[in-house]
Amino acid sequence: MEGAWIALALTLKVAGWATVLNLVFGIAVGFAIARARFPGRDVLDAVLTLPMVMPPTVLGYYLLVLLGSHGPLGAWLIEQFGIRLIFTWQGAVIAAMVVAFPLVFKAARAAFETIDSQLEDAARTLGMHEIAIFFRVTLPLAWRGILAGLLLSFARALGEFGATLMVAGSIPGRTQTMSIAVYEAVQAGQDDAANFLVAVTSIVCVAVLLAAGRLVPGRVAARGG
Amino acid sequence: MQPSPSFSAPAWLRRGLVLLVLAASAVAAHAADLTVSAATSLTNAFKELGPLYEAANPGAKVFFNFGASGALLQQIVKGGAPVDVFVSADEETMDQAQQRGVVQAAQRRDVVSNTLVVIVPASARNVPKAVGDLAQASYQRIAIGLPASVPVGRYTKGVLEAAGLWWAVEPKTIGANTVRQALDYVARAEVDAGFVYATDAALMPDKVKVALTVPTPTPVRYPAAPIAASANAQLAAKFVEFLQSAPAQAVLAKHGFGKP
Repeated sequence: MEGAWIALALTLKVAGWATVLNLVFGIAVGFAIARARFPGRDVLDAVLTLPMVMPPTVLGYYLLVLLGSHGPLGAWLIEQFGIRLIFTWQGAVIAAMVVAFPLVFKAARAAFETIDSQLEDAARTLGMHEIAIFFRVTLPLAWRGILAGLLLSFARALGEFGATLMVAGSIPGRTQTMSIAVYEAVQAGQDDAANFLVAVTSIVCVAVLLAAGRLVPGRVAARGG
Repeated sequence: MQPSPSFSAPAWLRRGLVLLVLAASAVAAHAADLTVSAATSLTNAFKELGPLYEAANPGAKVFFNFGASGALLQQIVKGGAPVDVFVSADEETMDQAQQRGVVQAAQRRDVVSNTLVVIVPASARNVPKAVGDLAQASYQRIAIGLPASVPVGRYTKGVLEAAGLWWAVEPKTIGANTVRQALDYVARAEVDAGFVYATDAALMPDKVKVALTVPTPTPVRYPAAPIAASANAQLAAKFVEFLQSAPAQAVLAKHGFGKP
């Protein structure tokens, strides 16, 4: 049973890091695509959304080929920094991040596009710096939409299985997340372990949903203003 | 109360339903369909055996379901998977199947044997000269089958335990869900060494090299048995017989498998 708690801690760590990274990249890319006008914007948007529709095993394979010790990026990382991503929890973070990225990016883009640009113009006439406008006007206005996307991406990262298994393997205590531990317990016929893991996972999922309801107080905030 | 008007389906809907029923009956298992759940290491050899068996049994169609023997057993035991023949990569998994009463014990036969080997990536600088070398610091990651569900992992653990090396090697192991996954890890040079069967290593001679042939405390044998609940008991028994026939053994030998 102790193994289940280790797997849970690891799952939260992996999903947490993936969400933090997506917070940064998702907002940056979502903002860029929402505001910039350049040829191929729609194509880029489609490419960035691909992880949402592509089978996780396909993504896992792409990542394995790219980050593997013979892959273009993997070989470079090993040569320059001695960093190996395959079979590490950091590798699992990258897999979870890529899979969950479109959820943040899409939400951020939509949120930025619905902002009334007159509010930003008003700030500009008051002499506010562009960076200050972004952090004090634009981001707060878009925040609710982004937060919803972030919570979805955290939930998606918690359950990530296919790409993670391919990139990070299944090393108990190091890369074996909850969903992979469940898969392995079932394969090995260890029903007690599987039951416990499934129960813990279900409770965590309900807790995340409840927390999401608190963090995004839907109608109340909209009405109360 | 008034009787509700009787519902008469439009013609297109009726015709559609008929088509649907026809399609469903076509999908339902055909009488001469045989499903064989077999250990992953048998994949290439069995794919070649399928057409041979079909040629010898006109009308029969063979479908293969490859996976780790332990996982295949779980599918049969838990899911009641509609399987007709089970071929595992070790006696232990088949023993478990027999204890649960899911196979025809009287018709269980060993069909082939195999050898455990240690492989390294073709580009590797470190090549172990004995199993004990794997305890050295130059071997950081070693791919093995997961002992709980993958027979090759169980053989590996048995060898390392008998040599008193398990405690030193276990922290470095990367568990694979099938023997072919362990092979893939070595072929991609993501691990420094791996334990697979000789037949798997032979599939990628340009990517992996065999460093050691490892004698196992229990010989690597593959038992086959018809499933007790099979709807095609006769065809299932015939398949187990066929595996022992000279033409089938010739194909298996070509893929590197030994006599049982």
